[in-house]
Amino acid sequence: MEKYISLAHGDGGELSNRLIKDVFIEAFGDGNAALFDAASLTISTHRIAVTTDSFVIKPVFFPGGSIGKLAIAGTVNDLIVSGAKPAFLTCGFVIEEGFPISDLKRIVTDMAYEAKKTGVTIVAGDTKVVERGSADGVYINTTGIGTYEYNSGCSLEFEEGDAIIVSGTIGDHGIAVLTARGELGISVPIDSDCASLDKMLAGVLTSTDGVRIMRDPTRGGLATTLVEIAEDFQLTMKINELDLPVKEEVHGVCDLLGFDPMYLANEGKAIIVVANRDKDKVIDILREFPEGRDAVVIGSIIGKGKGQLLLETPLGSKRLLTRLSGTMFPRIC
Amino acid sequence: MLEMLKQSNNPEICKPLVEAVIAKSKEFQKKFGRKPAFMEVCGSHTMSLARTGVKQCLKEDVNLISGPGCPVCVTDQRSIDAMVALAEGENRIICTFGDMMRVPGSNKTLLDAKIAGKDIRVLYSPVDTVKVAEENPDKEVIFLGVGFETTIPILTLMVGEAEKRGIKNFSIWMTTKLVEPVLRYLLDAGEVNLDGFLLPGHVSIVLGENSYKYLEDEYNISGVITGFETAELLSGIYKLIDIALTGRAAIENNHPAVVSKTGNRVIHKWIDQYLTECDEAWRGIGVIPKSGLDLKPEYDQFNAKKRFTVEIEEPRKTKCRCGEVIRGLISPSECQLFGKACHPMNPIGPCMVSAEGSCAAFYQYMRESY
Repeated sequence: MEKYISLAHGDGGELSNRLIKDVFIEAFGDGNAALFDAASLTISTHRIAVTTDSFVIKPVFFPGGSIGKLAIAGTVNDLIVSGAKPAFLTCGFVIEEGFPISDLKRIVTDMAYEAKKTGVTIVAGDTKVVERGSADGVYINTTGIGTYEYNSGCSLEFEEGDAIIVSGTIGDHGIAVLTARGELGISVPIDSDCASLDKMLAGVLTSTDGVRIMRDPTRGGLATTLVEIAEDFQLTMKINELDLPVKEEVHGVCDLLGFDPMYLANEGKAIIVVANRDKDKVIDILREFPEGRDAVVIGSIIGKGKGQLLLETPLGSKRLLTRLSGTMFPRIC
Repeated sequence: MLEMLKQSNNPEICKPLVEAVIAKSKEFQKKFGRKPAFMEVCGSHTMSLARTGVKQCLKEDVNLISGPGCPVCVTDQRSIDAMVALAEGENRIICTFGDMMRVPGSNKTLLDAKIAGKDIRVLYSPVDTVKVAEENPDKEVIFLGVGFETTIPILTLMVGEAEKRGIKNFSIWMTTKLVEPVLRYLLDAGEVNLDGFLLPGHVSIVLGENSYKYLEDEYNISGVITGFETAELLSGIYKLIDIALTGRAAIENNHPAVVSKTGNRVIHKWIDQYLTECDEAWRGIGVIPKSGLDLKPEYDQFNAKKRFTVEIEEPRKTKCRCGEVIRGLISPSECQLFGKACHPMNPIGPCMVSAEGSCAAFYQYMRESY
């Protein structure tokens, strides 16, 4: 374990994974709770899902969204990918002295709009202000509670041949935010994909019982999220490079700066592992929604008993993919 | 142009090219009784060959050896320790390419220094260093000038910009490297048997095709200037085998859309104006005379090595074999640390941390299973 926290401990990759295991699970126990985007709890006879997320993105306004929209959509997505219908949210603000009230109003207006759109109610909140320099603008934490109302959830019963679906183009959020920071010296006409996926994924959950697992590939990107699934459930997964949906603009910036779209953050995408027989049905449902119009099958489960993610290159060779390891992306969510 | 680049990765074009290269290699093997061996001397080639799967597809038929092409990897340990020591000084802002942050110094990395509170900034556009200096007039702002011919023009631009704006608190810690002296070193040392070089596309934009004549004339060895897309890499290798089969050496430009005969004249002018040749120490090799560029004495005010003194101890010795890796003597997996004590999260040598390093490329792209 490293002696000090670095930015890479927050990038969702290898170091984040170690931080969770070596510090949090070590102290709090129950490693299983860390496997999913939301915890499933039973109170009396009612099962509920709970999740929490903090948002520290810089800049707070970016093409396609704001920290406010992200704070709602991010938590809503964590609930829905866990198979729960988002119901209630709480929000906590840490605000830096000197932050413009007008900006704060814009942020909470975005939050109210997104909450209304998704039908969640914000039921509790908290505000703290810290001295100038002790925080960077505004940080938001949201905690979400959801209920299991769909006929089927995520079975976690994987089989060889299960299809891996991604609901749209990858890396849009990462590139939109990185370029919005103005540090790259390039401008790219690309919006963040920041969006609540509750309606689209509810559509999937109500129409098929073949869903094995759903995840939203945020920090660490598609590759890191798939490696986590592969390792957690001891699956050999294979994805095809040629099938990965990547916008040309994202490709361009990645080529220029040496990023890999598979490791860039997304804020409005879902990975769905589904029984092979249901894959076309799921794709059809996803494509009915604007946020799912580029949904495609990118690979499949090819074995069990060994947790690994393989990428097949356009030339047909295969290579192992690992978690994001120590790339120092700035704060992007 | 974008369409052209996309075609360069089209499997319908690339898969037959793989077959063609293999067939050509069989011809070579029949004639010479061994596989052809080529060295790439560009870190971006190392990465592209591994990432696209070209190296994997050709592993039975072509010996592709990575050479000293990654600017971070060839940086001498003393030089890395000096840069870390420089960052430890008071009242300084260090600006750098991201790759340098996690390169292991003898005692710590730049990232360790940053976590401990030193102001170290990763810039995507190095010229922004001048802006940082302008915005922080009470601090010394120093850019870590690591790089080959591709990076050198940017360094001269920075000096020009600082000069124009009259900025006094900006300087560069120059530790640049040149391709020709190290290729001559490798050929003179004769440690690796090669049938030719896959010559760097980016560096050649600056240098031009004619700059490689010495390979053909003095060393009787071939080179093909090659781009970075799958089809470009494959056709570059095909041409190298094709030339090798003739038994004569030749230099060929397989990247003519961007590489001219004489290179970029404007950049040559900048280099002449600001820079002068200097001796440079290379990791695993030692000092190669006139293998780098330093600022001319009239620009001493922008030369961090003239303005700041740093004290470093004798570098700590490790079992890292980066030096042999960059000379093409061993493959990364032959190092006993590879993948065990040394991996991207705990790099022992720079080859494992740099985005262009041979060990990083091997670890990231060449492993087929755990």
